[in-house]
Amino acid sequence: MKKLITLNINGQDFDLAVSPRDLLVDVIRKKVGLTGTKKGCGQGDCGACTVLMDGHPVLSCITLAVASQGKKIQTIEGLSEGEKLHPIQESFVEQGAVQCGYCTPGMILSAKALLDRNPDPSEEEIKQGIAGNLCRCTGYKKIVKAISAAAEKLGGKEEERVR
Amino acid sequence: MKDFAVVGKSLPRVDAPAKVRGEALYTDDLLLPHMVYGKIKRSPHAHAVIKKIRYDKALELPGVLAVITGDDAPQAYGIVPQAPTEYALAVGKVRYAGEGVAAVAAVDEETAEEALERIEVEYEVLPAVFDPVEALERQDVVIHAKAKNNMMYEGKQEFGDVDKAMAEADFVLERSFKTSYVNHAFLEPHSALAHFEANGFLTVYSSTQIPHYLHRTLSLVLDLPMNKIRVSVPMVGGGFGGKGEVASSELCAALLAQRTGHPVKVTYERSEVFAQHKGRHPCVMTMKIGVSQDGTIQAIDFDNILDGGAYGGWGIVVLFYTAAMIHLPYQVPNARFRGRRVYTNKPTTGAMRGLGGVQPRFAMESMLEDIAKELGMSPYDLRLKNAVESGYTTKSNVYVPHSEFKKCLQTAVERSGYREKQGKLPLGKGIGLAGGYYISGTAYTLYMSYKPHSSALIRVDTEGGIILYTGATDIGQGSNTVLPMIAAEELGVRADDIHIVSGDTQLTPFDLGSFASRVTYGAGQAVRMAAQGINKQLYEVAAVELGVRADQLICREGKIYSQYEPGPVLDFMAAVAKYIDAKGPLSAMGHYSPPRKGMKGVQGANIGQSPTFGFSAQVTEVDVDLETGKVKVLKVTEAGDCGQPINPMSVEGQVEGSIVMGMGQALFEEIKVSPDGRLLNASLHDYKIPTAVDIPEIDSTIVDSYDPTAPFGAKESGEGPIQPVIPAIANAICDAIGVRFLELPITPEKILQALKEKKER
Ligand code: FES
Ligand code: FES
Repeated sequence: MKKLITLNINGQDFDLAVSPRDLLVDVIRKKVGLTGTKKGCGQGDCGACTVLMDGHPVLSCITLAVASQGKKIQTIEGLSEGEKLHPIQESFVEQGAVQCGYCTPGMILSAKALLDRNPDPSEEEIKQGIAGNLCRCTGYKKIVKAISAAAEKLGGKEEERVR
Repeated sequence: MKDFAVVGKSLPRVDAPAKVRGEALYTDDLLLPHMVYGKIKRSPHAHAVIKKIRYDKALELPGVLAVITGDDAPQAYGIVPQAPTEYALAVGKVRYAGEGVAAVAAVDEETAEEALERIEVEYEVLPAVFDPVEALERQDVVIHAKAKNNMMYEGKQEFGDVDKAMAEADFVLERSFKTSYVNHAFLEPHSALAHFEANGFLTVYSSTQIPHYLHRTLSLVLDLPMNKIRVSVPMVGGGFGGKGEVASSELCAALLAQRTGHPVKVTYERSEVFAQHKGRHPCVMTMKIGVSQDGTIQAIDFDNILDGGAYGGWGIVVLFYTAAMIHLPYQVPNARFRGRRVYTNKPTTGAMRGLGGVQPRFAMESMLEDIAKELGMSPYDLRLKNAVESGYTTKSNVYVPHSEFKKCLQTAVERSGYREKQGKLPLGKGIGLAGGYYISGTAYTLYMSYKPHSSALIRVDTEGGIILYTGATDIGQGSNTVLPMIAAEELGVRADDIHIVSGDTQLTPFDLGSFASRVTYGAGQAVRMAAQGINKQLYEVAAVELGVRADQLICREGKIYSQYEPGPVLDFMAAVAKYIDAKGPLSAMGHYSPPRKGMKGVQGANIGQSPTFGFSAQVTEVDVDLETGKVKVLKVTEAGDCGQPINPMSVEGQVEGSIVMGMGQALFEEIKVSPDGRLLNASLHDYKIPTAVDIPEIDSTIVDSYDPTAPFGAKESGEGPIQPVIPAIANAICDAIGVRFLELPITPEKILQALKEKKER
């Protein structure tokens, strides 16, 4: 039996008929049509399906759509402002942190959650912050560098704030 | 360093903005009107005869459109077409647990899954075998009727006189090694979307590295002419060789689309990615190396048993690559190889980044280290002494036009302080060195053919601008960025002036695919030739306009002028407009065929032939926790010879990715198989790959290099750097705790066990 729910995604309300077993990742990808959220494992192991829920990173492949009502859901499509990339996105492009790009949306959202709570993370904290996001292409080095550069851009870095 | 306008600049990837915005479309992101979903039913048994498949109950389920079984597509295929062993779905019997036996198309995935449960398969279970050495002995297990003793293929090569050289050598070392069962673990599961138009024309969108071979295989299995099929590759979420073979998802999608008249999409679950597999061949290797007192290598004798899993795949090619890999990057005057690729009842092994190289490299570089110690030499000096240089020809008749391998060794050693540290660090801390190399493409196609391996078309007009069409496929390695850079350099325009259309058998000219590190070198030559063709035509018109001889013109930053004296300048696009007004449309094609080198009369000696080679040396520092046995890789200092890097940032990305991938295989990656042949860790939870917290500090240097045979001097960079990773770690562990590990992965348990045994001794 389908249930009618409303999901708030990237600031927009979507009225959706879902079954109680439907997973958030599938609803976002197939019903809402936002395919930027990726599915690498469907079992909560890879982080590709990461979205932000009230600012916290959540694995949408192990989250029920019905349980996501009343939350502010942010997907990768909701990060840039029109044509303008978010500084984290910009840094990923500039630093070469994107190869195949399949981990990228989840990685960027995990990075955003990290920088929102810790604007000036150490290298170790960055690594911890993305430890749940697997990437097989880059070896992570450029991803860590991109997040660190984004922190700087966002003005979170200590020296930036002093100035 | 040559003076380039575009080449050598670290430009961001052309597709990166779309990827960071989540707008890049991968196969599973695609939707077509009336599209339905396909799912595959898989065998629970590792080896069994299929007695009967009943699926009427599945067909009765509302929403189910079709069910197919192996009998619907009984044509065998294989990436090596001379020895086809595989089917879209199992025909007659299954040979590994997880093999597809039937497929369903239904209106949604849930219905398709429910339908799978309603399919009843009656099996007669057969005895099975999972170890290649055991498989050679087990007369009671016949995996393929044609393969006696389960041996798919035996290869033998001998160059020089190994017995004589061994007898005369001052020191001979023999050791046996074993490597593990490793999966590519790319992040995007296989996905294929197939669609028949009303006129019977088939289009398949797929996450593949090899649109051409998929094209051929679809034609074979569906019995359709190739010109009625189009393969188009959307964004690909990584391949590393795992998408370098046709997957049953692709064939099932096409067969179900044919059957239902609907577009059908088949996307794998992660467990199915492990069943499809085609990962690294586990190898049981015995290697013998003879040297003279001064460290000169005199002979290598190498015996390799490769665990092929259930089917043929790239097996025969991998077999002979392991043979080829002992001839470089050191001079080896005498070499012998015996290799057997053996069937077992496990998911099939195949091509994985640096195929055929990684396993023998682990053996050889581990042994060189020990030999150096035995001779009282620095392992570095020993390697330097034997390292090949430009212009070297191996005993197996492989010509190396260009090598800066010595520079790689020197750079890695100097930057890491290897000489000061090696053998001198406290217990538990160690440093290790290893070298490696890889091909930049192959000399031959997998089927007999003389056609160019790569081709490219450039079309220029005042409306669309400059459009580069290439069959080369960007699987995340960045060819859609690098090939336009090559075109831009030759044309004298900016890289972002060039639009690229790639990886489509209908829209783009022929290319073999993205494997064997062939794209930058081979497709790069084709692109460069096409660009030269444009210049030649364009300059003739520009010459008239400028009053300068055509052969004196060059173009830089979109301006055409005389390269010898200051004078009038003509805008590139203005010249294009003039050309088209006067002569009509402007386009040019380029192509590339590698030299067909080989060795007559020697089995498999064509394999390992490549137009040129990339090299890498690495120094790795580790910290071994003596209490827990855990190894932390602290730092990898890498120096690579990839010729002139077209895009250094991309090269660095290849190097860093290779190092971290290799580290996983060295220390923990291994698919585990239960006694009845089921995979025990077919998930990204249980099959661990490195995460961000595991990574070492990486110091990589692209050594100054330029290969005159290459497009703007560029060679491979995506597979060479993984070669030294494992032995460098093993050598560092040996330096840290004095134990030589002969089996991968080197887990904490193995380390603790070894430390215990060492104490007891
Ligand atoms: S798809 Fe959700 S964690 Fe992998
Ligand atoms: S860029 Fe390919 S998985 Fe991260």
